Amino acid sequence: MSLSETDFDYVRTLVKERSAIVLEPSKTYLVDSRLTPIVRKLNLGSISDLVARMRSERFGEVHRTVIEAMTTNETSFFRDVHPFEAFRTKIVPELMAARASERALTIWCGACSSGQEPYTIAMLLRDSFPELGNWRVQILATDLSTEILDRAKRGVFSQLEVNRGLPAAMLVRHFTRQGLEWQVSEALRNMITFRELNLIEAWPGMPRVDVVFMRNVLIYFDIPTKKDILAKVRQLMRPDGYLFLGGAETTMNLDDAFERVQLDKTGCYRLREAAERRPGYATA
Amino acid sequence: MVRALVIDDSRALRSLMGRMLRDLGFEVVEACHGKDALERIREGAPPTIALVDWNMPEMNGLEFVRSLRQDDTFKDVLVMMVTTETEATQMVSALDAGANEYLMKPFTREALVEKLDLLSIEHA
Repeated sequence: MSLSETDFDYVRTLVKERSAIVLEPSKTYLVDSRLTPIVRKLNLGSISDLVARMRSERFGEVHRTVIEAMTTNETSFFRDVHPFEAFRTKIVPELMAARASERALTIWCGACSSGQEPYTIAMLLRDSFPELGNWRVQILATDLSTEILDRAKRGVFSQLEVNRGLPAAMLVRHFTRQGLEWQVSEALRNMITFRELNLIEAWPGMPRVDVVFMRNVLIYFDIPTKKDILAKVRQLMRPDGYLFLGGAETTMNLDDAFERVQLDKTGCYRLREAAERRPGYATA
Repeated sequence: MVRALVIDDSRALRSLMGRMLRDLGFEVVEACHGKDALERIREGAPPTIALVDWNMPEMNGLEFVRSLRQDDTFKDVLVMMVTTETEATQMVSALDAGANEYLMKPFTREALVEKLDLLSIEHA
């Protein structure tokens, strides 16, 4: 479907105002591909009709559906691999030593999409750290989109999705095949709390967290919004916690309280004071 | 250059996988079934990785993996099954026989790269 400049502007403004995600003019194809299914579902003739309908109505279900469609990201199990290796080999052992008396760990996935990231974390913890079985381990998975959260909670993935980055041994250990799809075991699903959270609004009821995964999220926001989100992350993070961003993202020039540390083949962020107390870590 | 052995009775799939692997910097050797693969593997330097279809004439993929793992010379060869067989029990059989990974057909280039990344980390 073709997209006029005024329709694109309307969608861009709507998405920016409600989610703070900035759609560059080069992303018209994305608007086209994400909104066409909604046009069909609503029995409309074109994206132009969809935009006309949104203009004529007060903010409601259709607008929310459009925003959700525009803010859903591609993801895969063990995406980029190395952050999860660092998490398994360095971060969890270190935090387990530091939290030995309280026996509690909280990990937050800040844009969990269809759930591959929190399920990856749950599998790693279960397979590599059975001693955490009698700890209070909370994996909190949040996303802006309620539709994608419902999908994530069900933990049902297509064959193409489980083919992406998931070791075969973990697939057979933690999933059950259901026709052409695969469902995550109940034990893993029970390890994760899924919750709706819009990163640009207030974050009520969020716990203090030990590790934050917020990868490939900031890239969609403008600079003031990135700064605001990082400031809120900083307040939630325990002083010796860790923050993972996407490979093309950084806290540099956004928030000086964070310092990048290199853990083998991946970089992550710690609060500056905590990093300085730990000379064993090379900074980059 | 890292050598990959592609074992599949479909010429089109051998060619497709060969192209993907060459783009990733592999030197590619092709075989059209398990027996052919065992002959080729004994001719030259062992491959770093073998990508193995399941259903093939002469010798199927599972039999190939079992034969390969009986020979200590090839204990370091990484094996990834690449097959339309998608039952969990078949995956378990392949892993028990000595396969290191399993990729279900059809697959994307990204899926292949991600599985190769996993293997390179697990067997570094």
